[in-house]
Amino acid sequence: MTLILQVEGVTKRFGGLQALTNVTFDLPEGQILGLIGPNGAGKTTLFNCINGVYTPEEGVVRFHGEDVTGSKTYDMARRGLARTHQIVQPLEELTVRENVMAGACFGRENHNLHDAGDIADEVMEFVGLAARTDQLAASLNVAQKKRLEMARALAARPYLLLLDEVLAGLNPSEIGGMVEIVKKIRDRGITIIMIEHVMKAVMNVSDRMVVLDYGQQIAEGTPKEIANNPQVIEAYLGDPELAKRLMGEDE
Amino acid sequence: MKNWRNHFGIIIPVLVVLGLAIWPTLSDSVSNRESAFTILKAIALASSLNILLGYTGYVSFGHIVFLGFGGYVGLYFLNEQGWNIWMSMLVAGFSSGLLAFLLGKAILRLRGAYFALATIGINEAMKAFINNFDPFGGPIGMTLNFKVYKLYGGASEALSMAFYIMAGLTLAAIILSYLVRVSKFGLGLLAIRENEDAAEVMGVVAPNAKTWAYVLSAIIPGMVGVLFFFKNGNVEPHSAFPLHASIELLVMVMLGGQGTVLGPILGALAYQGMRGYFVTSDFFKDIQLSVSGVLLLVIVLFIPAGAVGWLRNRFAPLRRFLP
Repeated sequence: MTLILQVEGVTKRFGGLQALTNVTFDLPEGQILGLIGPNGAGKTTLFNCINGVYTPEEGVVRFHGEDVTGSKTYDMARRGLARTHQIVQPLEELTVRENVMAGACFGRENHNLHDAGDIADEVMEFVGLAARTDQLAASLNVAQKKRLEMARALAARPYLLLLDEVLAGLNPSEIGGMVEIVKKIRDRGITIIMIEHVMKAVMNVSDRMVVLDYGQQIAEGTPKEIANNPQVIEAYLGDPELAKRLMGEDE
Repeated sequence: MKNWRNHFGIIIPVLVVLGLAIWPTLSDSVSNRESAFTILKAIALASSLNILLGYTGYVSFGHIVFLGFGGYVGLYFLNEQGWNIWMSMLVAGFSSGLLAFLLGKAILRLRGAYFALATIGINEAMKAFINNFDPFGGPIGMTLNFKVYKLYGGASEALSMAFYIMAGLTLAAIILSYLVRVSKFGLGLLAIRENEDAAEVMGVVAPNAKTWAYVLSAIIPGMVGVLFFFKNGNVEPHSAFPLHASIELLVMVMLGGQGTVLGPILGALAYQGMRGYFVTSDFFKDIQLSVSGVLLLVIVLFIPAGAVGWLRNRFAPLRRFLP
């Protein structure tokens, strides 16, 4: 099993705030890693350290075995890493198709406009935006903008895809649609890390999970192990004994 | 036929420029030729500025610095070194491009208002430098030796030739603008304009793309500068680096529609037409620039997309024809 990503002791501070402390995990190719934790736990900061938005103060990030700590975001994109944003970042005055083409043009495969157009058409079909091709990105609703983020990232044909809360703000049927898309992406052989608050969905699709709390990595394991980890329950619900009783009552 | 439709966006601009180029000959009027020269110059400069302002989203308040600098360099070689007009224009375009490249490396990391302020500073700094640079004549500038015109068959022949070169340069400027707009490089610039951070995450190497956009927007103004001062017969620091001319260019681009190929052309036509009326009117001739200021304000407040942008937004199918 080859490792696509190795995060070794990554630490990030913002002034006096310790955003990440010694986060360490390996990610084998083809898996979905769920990254969970309460608000402000440092999940998005970890993404930013992986894709080059921030340079961590300590620690190393390896992509395909190569040290990429502190690389520029566009270098990471060209190496085959794509991401979506928690707060959607559409190119508003461009059409949906142009947005997706930009992903294909400047990502790993560095396509010309003509090929990028073909890829864009295919990816828009895949995520269900085919009917919106010529609309301006600004005119999409939130669910569509999330799909657009996804389409743009996929058009780059990445090896590793970072999904930052793609389910947040969606209604239950939209969540179902998006989860299906995530599974289909995995089936195409793309490795995924997903930050998610919708527990049921992320437990369902993840092969393994990492839990952050106040920048500390408090647990790592299969969804089942995570669900029964007292520290995780405490981080989410407070008192573990109380949580256990509550869960017991449930059954 | 499909090809013809694909390139529809460039046909109207080319027809406008060709129309302006033959208008003086058709009407057999030297004064029309002067007007047409001014309009063509405005179109070439506005279309060049549009590559940076409209496509990349960086506001340059001092774009005229490339016209002044290129003009000075060109005139120096024309006058002092005896080069011909073609070589002088080439070296001027290259110098302006090089200046933009070096400036771009330094100031394109600034965003928004900070970049705009820096461009004003550069214009003023260049003016102060040229004022004290003896090879370029310092504060007096340079006056073209009339012998230079003789090479081209006398003053009147030379001026007529300058007009047709101007038309050629304008054509080059709009074709360049069009090619950038419909290219992959242009898509990268548009992505930077919309959201620079997101563009970088997608893989657009923003520092390089911005620098090249700045260079491309500087080359033709540099060449235009040579023609302009060749025609005028002299160049001085205050006529080479007028800040208000930079702002007039902004008004033209904003008025016609930033980020579109046709916009700056229509903007330049409309603005020059308006200006022609104002400077000859008793009431407006002294407050012509304040009218431009008010116009800019009105555009920014009410139709920030400009005329062509407004049409594109209003009638979506037009987007295909008006890139």
